[in-house]
Amino acid sequence: MSMSTTTGSDDTAYQIAADVRAGRRRAVDVLDAHLANVSAREADVHAFNTVTADQARRTAEAVDAAVAAGRDPGPLAGVPIALKDNMCTRGVPTTCSSRMLEGWKPPYDATVVTRLAAAGAVFVGKTNLDEFAMGSSTENSAFGPTLNPHDVTRVSGGSSGGSAAAVAAHFAAASLGSDTGGSIRQPAALCGVVGVKPTYGTVSRYGLVAFASSLDQIGPFTLDVRDAALLLETISGHDPLDSTSIPQPPLQLLGELDRGVKGLRIGRITDLPEGSEPEVEQRLAEAFDALAAAGATIVDVELPSLKYGLTAYYLIAPAEASSNLARYDGVRYGMRVDAADTNAMYMATRSAGFGDEVKRRIMLGTYALSAGYYDAYYGKALKVRRLISDDFARAYERADVILTPTSPIVAFPVGSKADDPLSMYLCDVFTIPTNLAGHPAMSVPFRTGAHGLPVGVQVLAPTLGEPVMFRVAAELERGAR
Amino acid sequence: MSDATYMIDGYELVCGLEVHVELATATKLFSASANRFGDDPNVHIDPVTLGLPGALPVLNRRAVELAMRIGLALNCSVQPCTFHRKNYFYPDMPKAYQISQYDQPLNIDGWLELPGGKRIGIERAHLEEDTGKSTHIGGTGGRIHGSDHSLIDFNRAGVPLVEIVGRPDIATPDEARQYVTELRQILVAIGASDAKMEEGSMRCDANVSVRKPGDPLGTRCEIKNVNSVRSLGRAIEYEARRQIALIESGEKVRQETRHWDENDGRTHTLRSKEDADDYRYFLEPDLVPLVPDASWIDQVRAALPLLPRERRTRLSAATGAPADGEAIMVVVERGQDDYILAVGEAGADVARALVHVKEAFAEQGATPQVPAADLARLITLETSGKLTATQAKTVLAEIVAAGGGDAEAIAAAKGFEAMDTSELEAMVDAAIAGNADAWAKYCGGEEKAMGALVGAIMKSSKGKADGKAVTALLQSKRGS
Repeated sequence: MSMSTTTGSDDTAYQIAADVRAGRRRAVDVLDAHLANVSAREADVHAFNTVTADQARRTAEAVDAAVAAGRDPGPLAGVPIALKDNMCTRGVPTTCSSRMLEGWKPPYDATVVTRLAAAGAVFVGKTNLDEFAMGSSTENSAFGPTLNPHDVTRVSGGSSGGSAAAVAAHFAAASLGSDTGGSIRQPAALCGVVGVKPTYGTVSRYGLVAFASSLDQIGPFTLDVRDAALLLETISGHDPLDSTSIPQPPLQLLGELDRGVKGLRIGRITDLPEGSEPEVEQRLAEAFDALAAAGATIVDVELPSLKYGLTAYYLIAPAEASSNLARYDGVRYGMRVDAADTNAMYMATRSAGFGDEVKRRIMLGTYALSAGYYDAYYGKALKVRRLISDDFARAYERADVILTPTSPIVAFPVGSKADDPLSMYLCDVFTIPTNLAGHPAMSVPFRTGAHGLPVGVQVLAPTLGEPVMFRVAAELERGAR
Repeated sequence: MSDATYMIDGYELVCGLEVHVELATATKLFSASANRFGDDPNVHIDPVTLGLPGALPVLNRRAVELAMRIGLALNCSVQPCTFHRKNYFYPDMPKAYQISQYDQPLNIDGWLELPGGKRIGIERAHLEEDTGKSTHIGGTGGRIHGSDHSLIDFNRAGVPLVEIVGRPDIATPDEARQYVTELRQILVAIGASDAKMEEGSMRCDANVSVRKPGDPLGTRCEIKNVNSVRSLGRAIEYEARRQIALIESGEKVRQETRHWDENDGRTHTLRSKEDADDYRYFLEPDLVPLVPDASWIDQVRAALPLLPRERRTRLSAATGAPADGEAIMVVVERGQDDYILAVGEAGADVARALVHVKEAFAEQGATPQVPAADLARLITLETSGKLTATQAKTVLAEIVAAGGGDAEAIAAAKGFEAMDTSELEAMVDAAIAGNADAWAKYCGGEEKAMGALVGAIMKSSKGKADGKAVTALLQSKRGS
């Protein structure tokens, strides 16, 4: 057996881990191959806020030493992984792409970070995002946008654009993002990679800087469906530090991938919101055809309250955000702008520390929760949330999974929507309802659309329906070829 | 005793108390940091306590259990409940919201019975987290406004609190004092809190209004910063009189929060209703509903110790003394009722034990050093006439000082021995002969004159004479 020195950087996490565990390839070589890509293209793409090359090298060396000593470093041995910069990493800056937290180093690791580290992963850096995960293009980052590796004049999507771009550009073999209204799935679709938002409560939120706590969920970006299953198996499972974590063991998904879709019922939403690009609609039709050809049955389902999802989301998410982001007051950590008294210091700090979109949502959310307006706005949004869950429950009596586009459009040019929040919000029209329902959903690359840019098809499943969701996703992946 | 006709200048007082108590848990309400008072600042902290980005709360089961104990001891229904966020900015509140309970609290609809029997309604008793503690340097009055800088100690942040909201059933300052005293005793008895007002582990706010009998409720003011039971009564009375003076002079009472100033004995405006924060309560998305199942509630209920009221009734039955009389109130508050009953079980008169313990055991706490058998022996000597009451007191003082002792030996060493009746009678006759003036006055109906005679007898008997026996002899010799 020869030690390979010319390592490919486009291998999957699954392949890398298998090679490193078997001693066929060194973790430091895998890392170097990915860091070489960072050196070559990061200046154009801007996927990272921080690259932790030195720390990554030490970890990779430790992985190699373990293998040499006959120990198994774990299922992700030597896999270079990037983390969205809203997940706490002990001693490594965690900024949420906000001036407010610039330079802040958490004294603790998020649970997902601990679990990935225990599985032998090598962290290459912290990726860019829309400030505090609020946005759909990463243009709301205080440190500049992440550009799409397929066309650097276009956005990478958001809010987890940095994590999507890092995988698409092979800066890392996989990455983690967070998804509150589509922030994993939409950039995955725009960058042509797989992105999963698991069932709410499947992956611990401990150490994820909160945007909207009842909607936030961490999930993986990967090059293929199998890697997504591998990552999700590693990071899922009960965490006593997160009270909303479902008390159950980690998901078992790898065994589902080759089961096919024969006999499965695939739901097609008859009253799907309109406005998608024709190529996107065409790819969705092809996706249904591919599944039908593989033995699935296509069934029509109605989701009449879906059209209210966006409105409800833009009340619930900002309401929670207005409370979650109140702690950035200049008193204990992060930015402080001094002023004559405490209230003036609060105002000066928060005026300087937050960008426009964050301020917009804090104001929206504060208003929606205010005395006299609660019932008309926040209270009503909660009722819509219930209606959407009820609609899904009825639909899943008829269908095992539902297919939609992930994003109505392919990656759009930088700046084309930056001054129009409403058109930006519409990017998430297909992804938001699953967050409101707490259900899992994932985006699978399915051929290309306008300008030859990637198109993603979204697979939706009921609560804890990840096994069937992955069966269908694996079939779509096969069908897309 | 409560007084149904308590009035100030023709006005009735209407008062409801909100009491915050810190629970005696080992750790905080939502994190594993220690819940301990008095250590160096900022040593009991962690990501959750400091509200660091990404930190999440995990509910402390023990805190829930202690909160349930409080609810059950106050005759509340324990019910499924939720947590809400109460949003407001203050430097010692790390998340800029307090996790509290709002429309679905853990305990609802109970009551507390005052020693005299009056029931004060309990609206709710809910769980919430405490804030940190601010110290404002410079400026005036320790307030943040106008201070040079502020220091914050987060040791207290996240300490579990139960807020006990009483209904406005309190009609006198004395009832308010009784309520807090009784509540304190219950909290200590059930091990829920050390409930020390001076250390802040029990804090009391009073809602006060006044009205003419038969009128609808008046506008209320909330009084904060009341730091002792004594101040509570003073603050309520001051506030009631202030409101009455306003009404009498044709002005209106403004709904506001007022600050009790111990030094000038007045309340002062803290903030008016118009300045009140909009707390924007909403369901805390980081926690799930808390649903105590019936078996857990039953377990907690079954483990409750006897409550102070039950202990007073028990001691009253054993001694014949009134349950709300001073002696029983005092010894039960000290927790010495078990000890008194043990003295009775050792064969002594339990009523006498009540008197001795109340008088001589003020510094002894709930578990006196003096063995119950030692006190029992002393009481038996006394009730069998071998020691006078005065002698018994002297011997007891020695026993208490030494933490125990053989009453008979101490009495013997002091030369105490019971006098026989003829010896005492001779002394009485001698005293009458030697104090003819006093005897004449006494016989003429001047009761005070007896003091000189008794004094003379005590002197000649060197304190061995039994005061009661002397009085009886003098009375019989006078013929009445």
